[in-house]
Amino acid sequence: MICIEHLYKIFGYGTVNEKLALQDVSLTMHPGEFITIIGSNGAGKSTLMNCLSGVEKTDHGNIFLNDINITKYPEHKRSRYIGRVFQDPMKGTAFDMTIEQNLAIAYNKDKFRGLQKGISKKEKAFFRERLSLLGMGLEDRMTQKVKLLSGGQRQALTLFMAILVNPKLLLLDEHTAALDPATAKKVLDLTDQFANSKDLCTMMITHNMSDALRHGTRTILMDSGRIIMDISGEEREKMTVEKLIEQFEIQNDRMLLK
Amino acid sequence: MTITAILDSFELGLIYAILALGVFLSFRTLNTPDLTVDGSIVTGAAASAILCSTGHSPLVALLASFILASLAGAVTALLNIKLKIEPLLAGILVMLALYSLNLRLMGSRSNIALTQSNTLYKSFHAAVQSNYSSLILGIIILSIATLSLYFFLNTRLGFALRATGDNEYMVRASGVNSNLMKLLGLSLSNGFVGLAGGLLAQYQSYSDVQMGVGMVVIGLASVIVGETIFELFTKTVPLLIRLLAVSVGAILYRLALAFALSCGMPATDLKLISAVIVAIALSTGVMKDSFLKKKISFTSNSIKPAKDGESYDMH
Repeated sequence: MICIEHLYKIFGYGTVNEKLALQDVSLTMHPGEFITIIGSNGAGKSTLMNCLSGVEKTDHGNIFLNDINITKYPEHKRSRYIGRVFQDPMKGTAFDMTIEQNLAIAYNKDKFRGLQKGISKKEKAFFRERLSLLGMGLEDRMTQKVKLLSGGQRQALTLFMAILVNPKLLLLDEHTAALDPATAKKVLDLTDQFANSKDLCTMMITHNMSDALRHGTRTILMDSGRIIMDISGEEREKMTVEKLIEQFEIQNDRMLLK
Repeated sequence: MTITAILDSFELGLIYAILALGVFLSFRTLNTPDLTVDGSIVTGAAASAILCSTGHSPLVALLASFILASLAGAVTALLNIKLKIEPLLAGILVMLALYSLNLRLMGSRSNIALTQSNTLYKSFHAAVQSNYSSLILGIIILSIATLSLYFFLNTRLGFALRATGDNEYMVRASGVNSNLMKLLGLSLSNGFVGLAGGLLAQYQSYSDVQMGVGMVVIGLASVIVGETIFELFTKTVPLLIRLLAVSVGAILYRLALAFALSCGMPATDLKLISAVIVAIALSTGVMKDSFLKKKISFTSNSIKPAKDGESYDMH
């Protein structure tokens, strides 16, 4: 379970560019939940994710992961419980290393990294078997460098690396935005498949309203650093893209009137 | 060029290859140009010279060279990690500070002669009794250095280090402390450089506080010359071959210098020649591409010329 309590994040404190990126954000996620996050640019979606993953330090509030306060944990320490896929397909993998080497780095997330062999025969076989589940033929290219893969293949691989060691939280920051529609669909299908696990919480930022409603179990709308809509269950099933856009526009109008 | 000059080039090249391995580690693996090298190689030489001249074992002296120089690398890394100073600038600062520290290490003398002291090269020569003893010793030490670096880079820790140079976001998302990897990488890199300095002092039987000038360039030259040559034959070069290429580059570089000298260039022009060789080596990528484009446009229209960066990758 992930608990976010009264989270605040201010950029450029004390300067003319001061911006309140997160204002009193509280959110509780239960295992198995898949939240899609929508909101206009600058609404605080990515900042929220960055605060969760530890890329940004929060200015106020607490983050609990299974009742452990991780607010002060550095990024790399949180990564043991959190899997991430970035918007930029270049960011998720080490491009000058092979597919299996990348997988080995992700696989050893919570293990001690010493002078053991970087990747064992057993691990190779295990990766090969698991990778075939992606259905992309990557299992036959294990020793190829990641820089030879396409953007879609890289995102699929990054997604696979993110869930390889059963994280508690999966953060997807517009991970299909840089892909063509067909590849994006493939990666989203894989996302659904992976997110459908009992003890995993998933958060996905998207700009595609229909994706936001079609995927996941809960949808939140963010604006000016606040969560202004949080729907799930029946309410969410009744929600249509048109109504959502209406909500969106109301918020945008409000912003203009401010 | 005389046989002696060629033999000398090989012997020196084998030592400079260890320096080049260190530069490879920072410049290629960590993707950080590190200028500490100009100082840390002298630290290695100074430590080696002072210990040899005071009657300590030459092997212990080399160990001290490695450790002291890696400490210098650690300082550069810490300046970068903790104080957020650009790696290039951090390296320059440490290099400057090392000039004074190296003088202190050498007891305020600008050079130390080892003509009267025992060195690894002398004792090995006494044991082997061959004109090629320096060459053999160089090959042994370089092989040990190359293989240990190769095996290290294929461990779990080595994987994390390599990935840090590739993509810091990815390693942090994989639970690796990327700062720690930079610290480790720069320390190891300078350790290798210090080892080269220590060997150099024992090989030439002297250590000079000025000997570090331009060492970074020599290291870079070796890395790039070696890579350029191997990339002519194959596009994806395996790691072990890349490490060997670095050694080949270092030896070729020494040979090129010896050739220039044998053509009548004065020894004072050595640094100028070095810079020219590196400039030529660095521009081969561009030249190869434009050559390739011309060739293709004459032969076939259906084949696209190699894109920039594809055939000549920086990592």
